[in-house]
Amino acid sequence: MELLEFARGPALKVALVVFCFGVLWRLVGTVLLRFHPHLSVPRNGFFKSFMLGLAVAGSRSWPYRRFIVRTGYGEALGYSYHIGLFLVILFFAPHVLFIKSLFGVSWATLPSSIVTIIAVVTFTLLLAVLFRRLAYSVLRKLSNFDDYFSWFVTTLVIVTGLMATAHFGARYETLMAWHILSFDLLLIWFPFGKLMHAFYIFPSRMINGYFLARKGAPS
Amino acid sequence: MTTAKRLETIEDVLTANGVSRRTFLKFCISTASFMALAPSMSTVIAKELLKARRPSVIYLSFQECTGCLESLTRSYTPSVENMIFNMVSLDYDDTLMAAAGKQSEEALDTVIKENYGHYMMVVDGAVPLGNGGVYNTQGGKSAVQILTDSAKGAAAIVCVGTCSSFGGIPLAHPNPTGAVPVSDIITDKPIINVSGCPPIPAVITSTLVHYVTLGVPALDAHHRPLAFFGNTIHDRCYRRPFFDEGKFAKTFDDEGARNGWCLYELGCKGPTTYNACATTKWNEGTSFPIESGHPCLGCSEPNFWDRNGSFYAPLAAGLISSVAPIGEAAGAGAAAGVGTAALSRLRNRAKVRQRATEKQTSKEE
Repeated sequence: MELLEFARGPALKVALVVFCFGVLWRLVGTVLLRFHPHLSVPRNGFFKSFMLGLAVAGSRSWPYRRFIVRTGYGEALGYSYHIGLFLVILFFAPHVLFIKSLFGVSWATLPSSIVTIIAVVTFTLLLAVLFRRLAYSVLRKLSNFDDYFSWFVTTLVIVTGLMATAHFGARYETLMAWHILSFDLLLIWFPFGKLMHAFYIFPSRMINGYFLARKGAPS
Repeated sequence: MTTAKRLETIEDVLTANGVSRRTFLKFCISTASFMALAPSMSTVIAKELLKARRPSVIYLSFQECTGCLESLTRSYTPSVENMIFNMVSLDYDDTLMAAAGKQSEEALDTVIKENYGHYMMVVDGAVPLGNGGVYNTQGGKSAVQILTDSAKGAAAIVCVGTCSSFGGIPLAHPNPTGAVPVSDIITDKPIINVSGCPPIPAVITSTLVHYVTLGVPALDAHHRPLAFFGNTIHDRCYRRPFFDEGKFAKTFDDEGARNGWCLYELGCKGPTTYNACATTKWNEGTSFPIESGHPCLGCSEPNFWDRNGSFYAPLAAGLISSVAPIGEAAGAGAAAGVGTAALSRLRNRAKVRQRATEKQTSKEE
């Protein structure tokens, strides 16, 4: 079995199995955890609290105006590379074909050259994100292996993808195998590291907002 | 095939056939160009060809469909490639030769004996090893025996076609005859693989010329001449701009197909296939499969019949036959989540009870 076949076949299958198991395990386990009982009388009903929770999920995801000078750079970086990642993952034709082969759904794609430019920009932003993490002492002290490894597996997928597109460094099939293997690694790491924030971030903000609204302290 | 009087050098043959110096030099220049050699190498080829002895060639056919030989005989005729047949002495080819049976076997023995250590072997077809090699026999000898015996005195072996180079279709799953490529059996001779199903005629003949004039050409990891197998079909495909623009044919009869857009989504294996189809083309440079509207099958690559899933599955598609295990894993994950949460709640309840008991005890004290 060639490396590319291994990457597209058994390795991908194992990675998807681990990913699905891990994500569902953590999501269901977290959702079913016991919440602290609220002993006070609810200030808002379920529906209003729910809607306010949704609003909090949105408002807390936007930079806070008073701190914009201090946090703006980091937030702009974060949003930019996330948007870049989404565009590359969801609108590159081979990626859509990959998704179609698994789930049977597909959609319009962007020209490969545009996606390549976006990927290069995203890679540059990821380097800036790492530099910022290393350069700011507070951020550096808050960082652990999880932060760096999550950055590594994400960046590795982008780098190997760019190498495959540019046919740089090895034969195309080898580069493509590296790219898919790096994606397999990302899938395996995803549920157990901070990449899981992709599933947690908005529901957790929404739930916080919901409870605050129930207590009569919507923000 | 074994002529009564063999002309000594290629120059002798060319002179005897009335080939002009201009025609000969044009041939040398085009050969150098085919092989992506420096322009100055055409003069080297010319000098070497003129003084080279016509090497004796033994063409052996094993598990094959004769498509490779068909391809070779459709070399641009009458053109420079056809001259190659005047430059080598094709002394044994059981498909082309007039002799048959015992006479042809004697011819093979004679050629080997007379040219021991100097002849070139061209092999077409995979070699079956299953059940002692009974699936392919000639004159009571198995293919593996003929190959082993003939290879002993060969200067080099050129494997023509994917079957002899990598096993090809005979090696495809479930490989009932135990077919293997030549390189699995012969390990002590220079082997040049000219793969393809079939290979491009000009690639076969140019490789032979290179061997006659300059020796074994630069080879890739699969022992294929780099000059022809150094780039992927995708790299040189005229439809590549459509790939870059994200314009793909979705079916064989949609607007994209009619407009000649990229066939990647229809399973084209061009990105992982190394061959000269997109540049040298077929039928006197007329076209190649992609130009005719069909995706590349990747026929010049090892294990081509079984690799990459279906011929019509895109390269980017996962090679996962069933998503059931993934669904089962999701179900198991959800169950594990329920279990973990239940365990957490039980522990939490036990802690609350313990705290209440401790509080009660401290109050009583």
